[in-house]
Amino acid sequence: MEDLLNAFLLMSNFVFVPAIAYGSQLALGAVGVTLVYGVLRFSNFAHGDTMAFGTMVVILFTWWLQSMGINIGPLPTALLALPFGIIVTAVFLLSSDKLIYRFYREQKAAPVIYLIASVGIMFVLNGVVRFIIGPNDQNFNDGERFIVKARAMKQYLGTAEGVSIKVSQGLTVITAIIVVLALFWFLNKTRTGKSMRAFSDNEDLALLSGISPDKVVAVTWILVAILATVAGTLYGLDKSFKPFTYFQLLLPIFASAIVGGLGNPLGAIAGGFVIAFSEIMITYPYKKFVAYIVPGDWKPEGLVQLLATDYKFAVSFIILVLVLLFRPTGIFAGKSV
Amino acid sequence: MALLLIGVGLFQSWNVSLSILNLCLISAIMALGVNIQWGYAGLFNVGIMGFAALGGLAAVLVAMPPVEGAWSAGGWGAIGGLFLAFISITLAVITYQRMSAGRTRSILIIAICVIGFFITRSVFGPATHAIEDINPAKSGYLGGFGLPIVLSWPVGGVFAGIAAWVIGKITLGLRSDYLAIATLGISEIIIAVLKHEDWMTRGVKNVVGMPRPVPFEINLQTTEWFLNLSSTLGADPIGFSSIFVKICYACLFVTMLLIVLWLSETALKSPWGRMMRAIRDNEVSANAMGKNVTKRHLQVFVLGSVVVGLAGAMLTTLDGQLTPTSYQPLRFTFLIWVMVIVGGSGNNWGAVLGGFVIWFFWIEAEPLGLILMNAITSGMADDNSLKLHLIDSAAHMRLMTMGLILLLVLRFSPRGLLPEK
Repeated sequence: MEDLLNAFLLMSNFVFVPAIAYGSQLALGAVGVTLVYGVLRFSNFAHGDTMAFGTMVVILFTWWLQSMGINIGPLPTALLALPFGIIVTAVFLLSSDKLIYRFYREQKAAPVIYLIASVGIMFVLNGVVRFIIGPNDQNFNDGERFIVKARAMKQYLGTAEGVSIKVSQGLTVITAIIVVLALFWFLNKTRTGKSMRAFSDNEDLALLSGISPDKVVAVTWILVAILATVAGTLYGLDKSFKPFTYFQLLLPIFASAIVGGLGNPLGAIAGGFVIAFSEIMITYPYKKFVAYIVPGDWKPEGLVQLLATDYKFAVSFIILVLVLLFRPTGIFAGKSV
Repeated sequence: MALLLIGVGLFQSWNVSLSILNLCLISAIMALGVNIQWGYAGLFNVGIMGFAALGGLAAVLVAMPPVEGAWSAGGWGAIGGLFLAFISITLAVITYQRMSAGRTRSILIIAICVIGFFITRSVFGPATHAIEDINPAKSGYLGGFGLPIVLSWPVGGVFAGIAAWVIGKITLGLRSDYLAIATLGISEIIIAVLKHEDWMTRGVKNVVGMPRPVPFEINLQTTEWFLNLSSTLGADPIGFSSIFVKICYACLFVTMLLIVLWLSETALKSPWGRMMRAIRDNEVSANAMGKNVTKRHLQVFVLGSVVVGLAGAMLTTLDGQLTPTSYQPLRFTFLIWVMVIVGGSGNNWGAVLGGFVIWFFWIEAEPLGLILMNAITSGMADDNSLKLHLIDSAAHMRLMTMGLILLLVLRFSPRGLLPEK
């Protein structure tokens, strides 16, 4: 019994807690991608770098606030800087829409043209971020590190294993829940949100009903700015900020959005957790876990790791491929065309 | 373009000018490959980096001498492991196709995959460890077949073609975004494999000192006819030897470029090329005329990737080493895209021109950016932190410039420098 409890705590510490935090970050990112897809009908390749851009602005404001001596006790100062980051990112996205995407909307260009344009924006953002803050790691997490410390938990329970929960992980989950609830309230209850959904379902019908496309598009970009900046900042607090990692997040984010069905926000959230859990569970070495649940002398020799951590991208890719092969519209029906 | 290169030769050095020329030639071939996919058929491939890296892998596998004892230590185990993995995937696919849908089928397929995975691991793991343990500082990998490196160019094409076939089979026929996302994924995975499968590529330890299709400078400097030649030209033999080697490479690459260009032009003008463009311009009507759109797309996607793989193998040949960490998506995937779009999508000559122009500016943007930054900051004090920061980050200006060029060309001149006829 003792061993089973230890095994459970071990898994919680190294698999469940990190996967829930990572899943929330992916889910926020994937909802952003899915919103752009639903309303503007293209896969936004610049999303990863938008997240990096938003996070960069947050970091800059965090440094400014820190230099002014402002902080919020145990919580990271970045939370205070978040609104500034969102505003700057929203301004950037709205102006990029005005300068670039709007032209193609008026032309009724093919989706692939938007895709290429988003690649161009990705390039520019990449350059801007590296130009301003540099390509290196930035750690901007201050305040308390842990909500629950593994050692304290061990002493309290009297077990060999304990669970530690970082402040950043707790914050991630709470913020993600708040943001997602607010988003769904907005989409389902407000007039603007309803017109957004109508626009996404059937553009022509929505236009006939007098919905202003410019307003819908602008609101979408603002929502994307919120989601991307929050997701990026949480990821940066939890791990660390490095522009290239954010570019690489693009693949798991796309995989999450497609697994859940492109254009379906609820699916994107589920997809985020599916990807995060599989990624972490498949690359976790189960040696200690197995040692707890089997009788003493059966202890395994190797790491009992299904796939090396280096291949975590392969996990999201394989899931993506399986979904494309068997259910191209995603687990929850999204748009197929 | 030639004038620009001559200008670099006069103002910087002929050595720099020739190395830019060689990379221009390779970029032009890569751009031709992408143009086959995008210009002929409208397929958006975001995984060019991966296909180029497969070409690099082919160069290692074909040309490096085999490592003493590695094959007997674990070579057959490693190959056998890959073979077992292949068998289990094939079995799973056959089961999927032959059995009717139902719970039995799902359970059977999962069982085949799980059992196959563990059997593969039990054969593959020890074998690769044995290989990596042989003299890890110098080799620690299987090595290649010790064949002439030029042979690796078509082999690289074949590798890339196989990868493209798998990706195309899965994603073509679905909406266009999926192809883009799947190619993005496969290229990341190919790079991850190159970085971490030490038994095959030495991973981040890099494979260096690859054989060359042209003589080494050191050997040239002691050869009689070469010394005579340089003295007739009145050149310093040491400096001239490196220029001579670059000229040899350039000749090889020009030949390849001409072959690929001729083939692409012939294909574009043939009925096949007209059919491809018809499909690109209106899939529905081409379909109604009885053309199998998905099949044609798969064909053209594989062909384009073969050309990219070929260029990737040539690039590794020129570098003389395989460094998996040097494969950056911005440099290998998106830069090639800028070349194709700027040059003129659908026009092979445009792709070649784009390859030359963009590569030239990509290289020269760095010194130019530095000059610009120095000019802007000349009024500031030397220890001004803003000045130091600006000069340090001048290199990142290139990304921004390339993105802006892409956006501007796409917006104001979507047909590129040399429009399609």
